[in-house]
Amino acid sequence: MPAMAAQAAPSSGARLPPARKRGAWAWLRANLFATVPSTIATVVFVAAIVRALPRVVRWAFTGAVYSADYEACRALEYHAACWGFVTEKYRLILFGRYPYQEQWRPLVATVLVLAALGVSAHPRAWRRWLVVVWAVVLPAFLVLMGGGILGLTRVETGLWGGLPLTVLLTLIGVSASIPLGIVLALGRRSHLPFARGASTLYIELVRGVPLITVLFVASFVFPLVMPRGFRIDVLTRIAAGITLFQAAYMAEVVRGGLQALPRGQYEAAASIGLGWWQTQRRVILPQALVLVIPSFVNSLLSTFMDTSLVTVVSMYDLTGALRLSLGDPQWRNFFLEGYLFVGAVYFVFCFGMSRYSAWLERRLGRWTLRPGAARA
Amino acid sequence: MSRSLLSWSTRSGRARLYQVALAAALLLAAAFLWSNLRGNLASRQIRSGFGFLREPAGFAIGEGPVPYSPSDSYLMALAAGVANTLRAAVVGIVLATVLGTLVGIGRLSRNVLVRGACAAYVEVLRNIPLLLQLLAWYLVATELLPEATSPLQLAPHVYLSKEGLQFPVPVWARGWAFALAAFPLGLLGAWALFRWARSRREHTGHTPQVLWPALLVAIGLPVLGWLSGGAPRELDLPEITTFNVAGGLGMTPEFLSLVLGLATFTAAYIAEIVRSGILAVPHGQTEAAAALGLSTRRVLRLVVLPQALRVIVPPLTSQFLNLTKNSSLAVAIGYPDLVSITNTAINQNGQALECILLIMSVYLTINLLTALGMNWYNRRVALVER
Amino acid sequence: MEHSRNAASMLVLALGLVTIPATASAGKTLDGVKQRGQVVCGVNTSAPGFSSTDSQGRWRGMDVDLCRAVAAAVLHDANKVRYVPLNSQQRFAALQSGEVDILSRNTTWSLTRDASLGIVFTGTINYFDGQGFMVPKKLNISSAKKLNGATVCVQSGTTSEKNVTEFFAANNVKYKSVVFDTAEAIQAAFFAGRCQAYTTDMSDLAGARTHASNPADYVVLPEVISKEPLGPAVRRGDDEWFQIVRWAFYATVEAEELGLTSANADKQRAESKDPAVQRMLGTGEDTGKLLGLDKDWTYRIVKQVGNYGESFEANMGPKTPMGLPRGVNNLWSKGGLLYAPPLR
Repeated sequence: MPAMAAQAAPSSGARLPPARKRGAWAWLRANLFATVPSTIATVVFVAAIVRALPRVVRWAFTGAVYSADYEACRALEYHAACWGFVTEKYRLILFGRYPYQEQWRPLVATVLVLAALGVSAHPRAWRRWLVVVWAVVLPAFLVLMGGGILGLTRVETGLWGGLPLTVLLTLIGVSASIPLGIVLALGRRSHLPFARGASTLYIELVRGVPLITVLFVASFVFPLVMPRGFRIDVLTRIAAGITLFQAAYMAEVVRGGLQALPRGQYEAAASIGLGWWQTQRRVILPQALVLVIPSFVNSLLSTFMDTSLVTVVSMYDLTGALRLSLGDPQWRNFFLEGYLFVGAVYFVFCFGMSRYSAWLERRLGRWTLRPGAARA
Repeated sequence: MSRSLLSWSTRSGRARLYQVALAAALLLAAAFLWSNLRGNLASRQIRSGFGFLREPAGFAIGEGPVPYSPSDSYLMALAAGVANTLRAAVVGIVLATVLGTLVGIGRLSRNVLVRGACAAYVEVLRNIPLLLQLLAWYLVATELLPEATSPLQLAPHVYLSKEGLQFPVPVWARGWAFALAAFPLGLLGAWALFRWARSRREHTGHTPQVLWPALLVAIGLPVLGWLSGGAPRELDLPEITTFNVAGGLGMTPEFLSLVLGLATFTAAYIAEIVRSGILAVPHGQTEAAAALGLSTRRVLRLVVLPQALRVIVPPLTSQFLNLTKNSSLAVAIGYPDLVSITNTAINQNGQALECILLIMSVYLTINLLTALGMNWYNRRVALVER
Repeated sequence: MEHSRNAASMLVLALGLVTIPATASAGKTLDGVKQRGQVVCGVNTSAPGFSSTDSQGRWRGMDVDLCRAVAAAVLHDANKVRYVPLNSQQRFAALQSGEVDILSRNTTWSLTRDASLGIVFTGTINYFDGQGFMVPKKLNISSAKKLNGATVCVQSGTTSEKNVTEFFAANNVKYKSVVFDTAEAIQAAFFAGRCQAYTTDMSDLAGARTHASNPADYVVLPEVISKEPLGPAVRRGDDEWFQIVRWAFYATVEAEELGLTSANADKQRAESKDPAVQRMLGTGEDTGKLLGLDKDWTYRIVKQVGNYGESFEANMGPKTPMGLPRGVNNLWSKGGLLYAPPLR
């Protein structure tokens, strides 16, 4: 209290009361003007924002053309955004070359899968019936996309594209790589030298090469090692390639979980007479897998971003469909709007997943490992 | 012993049995795939073997440090591809580290605007796929830069256009060769001076100031070399010709967009690594160092940085490897790196298997070398615990 | 012990699965096509005049018409074709692996490709082309030999790369090349101004120009620096299918020689007394029997697809955006290079 401070002050002169540490002014001083470099940075930033923000708003929102009017867009002469490009081409970008009439099917299929993902998100939903839900949703997705039964016309896998293709490849990539990853992780930690050597060789080999190489192997080499007359379509080959690639990273994630379990678990299981496989199935794996759930979500996120690479092997996922839509000579000049749109779609999904992963980690509390050195 | 080696009833016997079974299963699968491969290759009359490496490649490569012409062999073409990959990777790594460190430190800044801007940078760039970013950079470079006939002049004889960035470079002469040879000697001399200064400090407690002499040695020796070679001053200047800018050293828009795209993307990850490394050093260390009377710079250099580096370097190395692997995306924007050239080679001679094996071995070698280097570094800085 | 029995049974099961022989239906292409009820045709992702989709998603082009002719001959219906768009990187792999039955993708017939890729060209050239250059009109160049110091856009893995290297070396022209993997990327870069010249087959240049926002700003230079005979290819080792594809093409050329079109096919079938016309339209000698087809195979080709000239006029001719003249792609009797061996 100022009065007390004045009382306790030495008689050599009254001191000023301490500066206020709370309040708006103090916050501003601490956060924006604390030191000279900080003040300079604040001034520069504020000046930049004041100059740029009205322009950006005018370019992107107020002055922009929203309808698919080519003449109006050309008249803008790049002073404002032509969102008409998105209005004109959004179906091509989101669904690829799927037949125009039937595009309700990939829409329904994608919404179904996203709803199932939403339901699976909360830990309270992690019960037996969730498996049933997925056992229904995944085949429903394939049936809706592919058709051929239930009165739906057949649409072959070569025409699948856009967002549904991205979602499909991500789902297959993650779910099929989980069992393979578990096997590899168990193999790497096994006492049998041959199993350990084989698993380590596979994991280090696959982690050391870029995904594009694996996609090339899937495109060029798979057909060569299949028996004569046995054909698998491009989508299955690419999905298999992505799965084999992800399995190596998944193995490292599971191995991290296995390593975090105390030895006491193994010893206790042995003391009640459980064999190796029983120990793994009933004691070790349930705990280890729960520990690494946030890392699983990170793997989901990186697989989602990696599916954009299938453009290089000529499959039209979201990125590939964007390039396809930019092939139109009329609308080619509005590439910036197209890239912003697709970038925003990716950002919404990926940012959502990373926020979810952080939330999940907090929620599962001390029962999880930090996601740690997750792969980029 | 009456029991055989593969007895089912002993633990070690069962272990051997499992391994034999696993090996047999893998061998059978491998034999199956191999026989299919032989059959398919024979029926499609595709050649096998690495003999194609000696044949002339027949296609041009747009840029690169390796002197290559289309009549050179496939092996030269692949070597040019490896050189291009390494060139992009090294420049990208340097840029990414610098940018990432700045952004990482910026996220810890007291200024809320700086903190917010760096956080926004990290979040946005980490959540958009790299391929999309590369394609966007490339489109910006080819659509928004001026034509090569009327380029942007950034400095005398430095031009920026759709052809890329072109700047003057000295014409190779004896003086430059001497300077280049003297450069490592100069660095060695500077390092020797610093070591001498350290040993003097440890013996006498007094630190001799060697910064300026060391700089003198590091820069002076190459200058001496240049002078003794005749002080060549001739420069290769870019000039605007009928079609584009010719002369000087150039960086194509493919190279620029690849490097900038990779650097900005990887910098976002490096920023997070740097930030977590700095946060990992307990605050008690800084407080204890201050209690000892060390200045802020000494605290950073002697106490915080070594401990932070121990946490930062392993994930940083894996980010460097990721950048090198991500440079394979150059095939989408027309930069002739290893994957892009191998793609062309496969298309021309059909030998997909051999070419893919070559790419994989190159990347695995890079991986192995980096891992070995990292292990050596880790052993050096490992905490020696009781 | 229950534990060891479980493990043993799993082991046996695994070994058994591995040794079960794969169900390989190593049939020939014709059998596969008949079984599937479709001809799988490898075409270009987008090459105006050769194979491209119109706004309704239907495939049109000369390469498309060739596949339709084969389908009409074998499956009785020209629409029983599935088109697989392929870029220049995947085209040969797709044919080798069996993913497509015919590669009808404006591909140049060359010795290396014929001999070393496990495929064989049917030798039926449906477009005699050559490689040329396209430059923006504002550069005011009249000849490719004046491109000293220019940057040239070229597509990777095509004969264009090799040809341009040889041409410029022979004419002492220094140039820089930028290589792209897809036609879309190369056209985007050329129209954005990344390079001053675009080199590929003349027909491709004409098609690319239709993709420009302002086609009048670009001009094709007069030099034709190579021979690019474009034609279909099939897998090596399947002579039956090879013959069918080859003779289906020659049927369209012979139809034009005889003056038969899809419009007058029925009328000629009913009225004509010319034995050659009768053979073509299924009322005379049976030519299909030796190929494993029925008597009306050429009639169906003429009726459902039309003759070579109709295909050219509809896809490449002066009335289309491509606007190309017949030139050497005309009948031998009119001074061109199309010559059908006798179909009997």
